[in-house]
Amino acid sequence: MESLTEYVPYIIQNLINAAQRGSFYAVISIGYSMVYGVLMLFNFAHGDIFMVGTYIGFGIATLFLAVFAGLLPGPLIFIATVVVTMFLASWIGVFVEVTGYRPLRQAPRASAAITGLMIGIIFETGILILLGAKRLSFPPLMESVTYNVGGVYFTNVKVMIIIISLLLMLALHGFIQKTKWGMAMRAMSYDFLAVPLMGVSINIIAPLTFAVGAGLASVAGILYGQAYPILDPYMGVIIGWKAFVAAILGGRGSIKGAALAGYLLGFIEIFVATIFPSTLRDLIAYSIILVILTFRPRGFFGMEHSTKLRL
Amino acid sequence: MRKIALLTVFAICLAMILTPTAFSARKTIIKIGINAPLTGDIPKVGEGSKYAAMLWLEDIEKAGGLEVGGKKYEVELVIEDNESKAESAVKANTKMITQDDVLAIVGPQSSKQAVPSGEVANKYNTVMISPWSTNENTTLDRPYVFRGCFLDPFQGPVVANFITDEFAFTKAAVLYDVANDYSKGLAEVFKAAWEKKHGAGSVVAYESFTTKDTDFSSQLTTIVKSGAQVLFSPQYYNEVPLIVKQAKNLGWKGPIVGSDSWGSAELVSLCGKDCNGLFFSSHYAAAGAKGATKAFIDRYEKTYGYIPDDVAALTWDALKLAEQAIQNTGKITGKVAKDRTAVRDALAQIKDFAGITGNMTFTQEGDPIKCAVIVKINDEGQFEFYKSSCP
Repeated sequence: MESLTEYVPYIIQNLINAAQRGSFYAVISIGYSMVYGVLMLFNFAHGDIFMVGTYIGFGIATLFLAVFAGLLPGPLIFIATVVVTMFLASWIGVFVEVTGYRPLRQAPRASAAITGLMIGIIFETGILILLGAKRLSFPPLMESVTYNVGGVYFTNVKVMIIIISLLLMLALHGFIQKTKWGMAMRAMSYDFLAVPLMGVSINIIAPLTFAVGAGLASVAGILYGQAYPILDPYMGVIIGWKAFVAAILGGRGSIKGAALAGYLLGFIEIFVATIFPSTLRDLIAYSIILVILTFRPRGFFGMEHSTKLRL
Repeated sequence: MRKIALLTVFAICLAMILTPTAFSARKTIIKIGINAPLTGDIPKVGEGSKYAAMLWLEDIEKAGGLEVGGKKYEVELVIEDNESKAESAVKANTKMITQDDVLAIVGPQSSKQAVPSGEVANKYNTVMISPWSTNENTTLDRPYVFRGCFLDPFQGPVVANFITDEFAFTKAAVLYDVANDYSKGLAEVFKAAWEKKHGAGSVVAYESFTTKDTDFSSQLTTIVKSGAQVLFSPQYYNEVPLIVKQAKNLGWKGPIVGSDSWGSAELVSLCGKDCNGLFFSSHYAAAGAKGATKAFIDRYEKTYGYIPDDVAALTWDALKLAEQAIQNTGKITGKVAKDRTAVRDALAQIKDFAGITGNMTFTQEGDPIKCAVIVKINDEGQFEFYKSSCP
């Protein structure tokens, strides 16, 4: 029997691994949760919006590296890539809202859910037709350096992913709490019917919500491309479903809950794979979530929507 | 009313009587089906198969058709995309056999599709040659199913022997995809071969994941901690770069060895410098090829702009085998069921067929006896011949 201290670096290593994986789930599940908060629907195209965002990020990164490599310092290229990608990808969000969901705003919720799935398939097939089935490799935006601290290995990329994800979530929190747009979103999620009477147009707030969600997803996509640099038109499907699970677990509509549940999901997945044979990972991970939801069906921070009326 | 009904029945009867005559009056065309993953997880494999088939067809057309028993027949390729999915591959085989009346099928490439598709081909008594599927079950108890490559029970020990001889290691780790017949089968064979050599428990980490996973950090952390000296990962080329990069980031220092699924032209462009210096077992090595193999490589590169990978070479051999078998039948009757059986019998008889990936003679099960090659990815990112290993 090995002594317990030998396990400490091993556990810390897995904690870092989990923090990286959880960061992606957290940032992407926020997009689900925000849309649910405002429109009371789950945007099932969100995983594929993440995928399109990653491809846009790939294009911008490749372009910037080709033009500015050597001229500008690395971090500046990275920031420029993030900003431009975020801007372009947010229009994908707006496009999805305006063409896919707006015409169905009065339709039953099931129609909207099916539309989301359909938009996802259109994006996947669109990328497949546009770029072919060939795999693309995301260019590294920074030199990866591996550090070894007492038997725990981590790279600067890993640390950057975790930090940027946390910063993004803090920025979003500020946006929602401190700005007028954020206030309008919060109000909309509180009462969908009364808020338009106050002069806040749903036709602005809804696309804005989608835009912010898509922008976040596209940054997650750039970071994802740094950690797992193989692009694939179907890459958004599984991560999208997992982020959806996180959004439910965190409590529908709660951004704080979505972020927290995203990290929790990352931790459960990594630790189940570490302790049990990895074959059982998804089975055990999702059984745990099922158990949590059995005892707390609203998720961690979900509120009761009894006051809401849908006409 | 009754008159119309009678007329209809009469018309249908007439049509039924006339159809076979109309059918036999048509010229007999030899149709060869290609069942390939043009989209999905491994599109480069599909592309290689398709291009090799197109080169083969070009040769046939240049010769004015395929000569069987002194008569030339027009050849047509039916290319179906199996999307790298088992169910689509089965559907494609069924369609090609029942609707397109193909004489023989080449493909599917990977075992995940070839194992279930072989069942269909065998059921309909149609020859199927899988160029690239190394899983035992593809041809097992299926007289109509053949393959163009060696098997995993052969490949696994080859890799285990190579690592032992080359590095003198005694502790190995395995990382494989549990949802893939090919990967899972080869991992099991390797584990058995390794433990037979170095004793029970010498595979110190035996970790798995599921298709489409991108994060292997928990598995790799366990592998690094286990004290393994070498990592064997029989994965497809699209997963290899992720595994190699993540392993390095988690402090893995030893070599990573792969199997024939690494041998795609796309591996190095996806992996970059990280894969340089690694080894894998394969069917052929493009760098340093001679004779007919070289001629094929040069022609392929000239036409499509890159060096063909093993799938393309094996597909070429599979088509040549099919061609040889069709010619050996002596005549084409035009009755597709009868011709298919004749092709099968002829194919099973072929001895010492000189393919560009080596000489082949089929065993009772339809598996060729041939050699394996250990390939090293050199510093220029080329696949370099390193060693040969024959059974």
